[in-house]
Amino acid sequence: MATQQETETQNLTLVQAVRDGLYTEMQRDDDVLVMGEDVGKNGGVFRATEGLYDEFGGDRVVDTPLAESGIVGTAIGMAAYGLKPVPEIQFQGFIYPAFDQIVSHAARLRTRSRGRYTCPMVIRAPYGGGIRAPEHHSESKEAFFAHEAGLKVVIPSTPYDTKGLLISAIRDPDPVMFFEPKLIYRAFRGEVPEDDYTVPIGEAAVRREGTDISVFTYGAMTRPTMDAAEHLAEDGVDVEVVDLRTVSPLDRDTIVESFKKTGRAAVVHEAPKSGGLAGEITAIIQEEALLYQEAPVERITGFDTPFPLYALEDYYLPSAARVEAGIRDAMEF
Amino acid sequence: MSTLQHDPDDRVQVLDEDGEVVGDVPDLSEDDLVGMYRHMRLARHFDQRAVSLQRQGRMGTYPPLSGQEGAQIGSVYALEEDDWMFPSYREHGGALVRGVGLKQTLLYWMGHEEGNKIPAEANVFPVAVPIATQIPHATGAAWASRLQGEAKAFICYFGDGATSEGDFHEGLNFAGVFDAPAVFFCNNNQWAISVPRERQTASETIAQKAGAYGIEGVQVDGMDPLAVYKVTKQAVEKAKNPGEDELRPTLIEAVQYRFGAHTTADDPTVYRDDDEVERWKAKDPIPRLEAYLRGEGILDDERVDEITEEVEGAVADAIKEAEAVTRPEPEEIFAHVFADMPEHVREQRDAFEALREKYGDEAFLRE
Ligand SMILES: Cc1ncc(C[n+]2csc(CCOP(=O)(O)OP(=O)(O)O)c2C)c(N)n1
Ligand SMILES: [Mg+2]
Repeated sequence: MATQQETETQNLTLVQAVRDGLYTEMQRDDDVLVMGEDVGKNGGVFRATEGLYDEFGGDRVVDTPLAESGIVGTAIGMAAYGLKPVPEIQFQGFIYPAFDQIVSHAARLRTRSRGRYTCPMVIRAPYGGGIRAPEHHSESKEAFFAHEAGLKVVIPSTPYDTKGLLISAIRDPDPVMFFEPKLIYRAFRGEVPEDDYTVPIGEAAVRREGTDISVFTYGAMTRPTMDAAEHLAEDGVDVEVVDLRTVSPLDRDTIVESFKKTGRAAVVHEAPKSGGLAGEITAIIQEEALLYQEAPVERITGFDTPFPLYALEDYYLPSAARVEAGIRDAMEF
Repeated sequence: MSTLQHDPDDRVQVLDEDGEVVGDVPDLSEDDLVGMYRHMRLARHFDQRAVSLQRQGRMGTYPPLSGQEGAQIGSVYALEEDDWMFPSYREHGGALVRGVGLKQTLLYWMGHEEGNKIPAEANVFPVAVPIATQIPHATGAAWASRLQGEAKAFICYFGDGATSEGDFHEGLNFAGVFDAPAVFFCNNNQWAISVPRERQTASETIAQKAGAYGIEGVQVDGMDPLAVYKVTKQAVEKAKNPGEDELRPTLIEAVQYRFGAHTTADDPTVYRDDDEVERWKAKDPIPRLEAYLRGEGILDDERVDEITEEVEGAVADAIKEAEAVTRPEPEEIFAHVFADMPEHVREQRDAFEALREKYGDEAFLRE
C-alpha cells in the first residue's frame, strides 16, 4: 500500500501518485473502474493499482483475459453505457492489438454518432526506456496517438501533476491516453495533496524560467533537460524549460509566448525524430513566431531506428550531454 | 485410433508422477531417451544459473522455464531436421535442441542485439515478446511451405494467456482454412503472470478450442516428456502426411506448471500459494523421466553423475563466453533497419559518433 500519512499532503513517487489518483476518483465516483492484465490481486506489474483490488473488489478492479483489443473494446462499450473505465495497457509497446479500437472507435464514437454516444475513458500505459527492460518494453510512441483527432494525450513528469492530470483525465468527457514515464516511476518523491484536485489538460508548465533559449520537453526527458539547463547556467546560458504535460492538444500559447521571449528553441523527446512531436512544435513556432526566430529549432530525440535492446539504450536515449550539445548548437547558430 | 483423436478433455499420459508406465511408450532409441533427459537437465541448470545471474545484476529481466522442460524437450525431439520452430520467449530449452546455443540466449537477455541473430543453420524464428503474435507467422510460413510443395512441419509455442489474443484465433483459423502444416503447441502453465487459466477462457480445456477451427485438439500431460513426444510426433506426421479427409494442423495443450516466477521481475507469492506450487512440483518432469530410465536400466548413478558434470560445464562455458562479449558499439543501433541505410539514419549515426568522439563515452552512459 502506498503510504498514506494523516497530513494534508503525502510524499509520493510518481507511480504512487497514479495509484492515489485512481484511489481518490474511485472513492468519489462509483462508476470508475480499473481493468487490465494483472491489475487486480497482483496490483499491476509496476504496482500502480496496488491495494485497489482489496479496497474496491473484483468488479471494479478487474483482471481481464490477456487481450488488449478486448480490454479497450469492452471499455468503449462500458464507457458508452455509463461507466468510467480506466483500462491499463501493461506496456505501451503492447497497445497495438488495441490500436484499431482506439483510433477507429474510442477516438471517433462521438463524431460518428453526432454526439449521441461518447466514451469517456482513460487508457493508461507506462512508456519509455532506460530501465534495462526486455525487447518491446521501452518504446515511446505518443506521436501515433497525438496524430489521431479525438484523443487527448497526457504525459506527466511529477507526482503532483500525475495525480492532478489523472483526475482531470478521468473526469474528461472524452477519451484520454495517459502515458506514464516508467523510468521515473520511483526516481524521486514529491508532495501530493491527499484530497482530490485537478491539473488541467492542455496546459504546459514552465519548470525553469530563462531568457536565452526555450527547451520544450515532457515525461522522463524533463530530468536530463533540467540537468543540462543547470549545467549551461554555469556557462551563462539561461535556459527556459517548458514541460508540455499534454502533447495533444499542445499548449500553443505557452510555446509561442516562451519562444517570442527567447527566439531560440530545442525540443527533447525520446521518441524517434521523424514524425515526432518535435516536428509539430517546430511548425507551431514557424506559424506563430517566424519573425522572432534566430536559429533553427534543434530536435534532440531518439533515433529513427527501433529501440535497441538494453545494452545500447543509454546511447539511444537523449542524455543530459546530448541535450546540452543540442542547446549549444542552437545558441551558437 | 490415433492419439490425436482423443477427447480433448482426456489427458494423454505415458508416465505417471513416479515414472511408472501408464500408456503406450513411444518408439525412441536409448540415445534419444538419454538425450532428452540430458537436455532437460541442461535446461533446468541453465535456468537456475540464469536466474542467479539476474539476481547478481549480471543479466536483465529473464523468464524462467523450470517445470516446463518436459513440454519443451519432449516436443522438439519429435521434430525432424528440416522442421521449423516458432517460439515465444520461454523456450530456451527447446531452442537449444534446435540449434540456438545457450550463449545466444544469454546474450539476448543481457540486452545484446547479437542475441537475436539466429544461427543460419537453425530453423528457428526469433523470440516473440508481444503475446501470440508468432502464431499467424507460423501459420503463414507453414502455408508457404505447403504452397512450395515441401513436406515440413512448423511448430509454434505460446502460453495459456496467449489463447485470449485475437492473433491466436486468426492464426488457427487461417491454418484450418488453408490447411497449413502447423502444430500449435500451447504451454498451459496455469498462469499468465498473475492471472489464472480460468480467467482466460470459460471453456473447459484449451484443446477443445481446436474444434471451432475444424482441426484436431489434444490435451497432454505437459510434464510427461514421453507423452508430449508421442502426441507431437503424431501431429508432425499428420502435418506432413494427413490421412484422407484429415486437415494438417493440430492444437496441443500441454498441461504443466511454471515452478518459478513469471520473470525475474515478478513475485509469485502475491498471487499463488506454496501448496499449489508443491503439488505441481510432485509432477516434476525430470525425476519422472529419470525414474523411468533407471527402471529400464538405461541410466544409473554413474551415468547421471556424468551428465550432471557435463551439464554444469556446458552452462559455465556459455556464461563465460557470453560475459566475455563487450558492450556493442552504437553502430549496432543503426544497422539492419533497412537493406540499405537511409541517408537520414546515416546522418543521425554520424552526428552521434561525432558527439561521442567529442565528449567521450562516459557522457552518454548512466550508472
Ligand atoms: C501483447 C502483449 N500484452 C502483454 C504483454 C505482457 N506480458 C508478457 S508475458 C504475459 C503473460 C503471458 O502469459 P502466457 O501466455 O500464459 O505465457 P507464459 O508467460 O505463462 O509462458 C504478459 C501479460 C505482452 N508481452 N504482450
Ligand atoms: Mg501461462
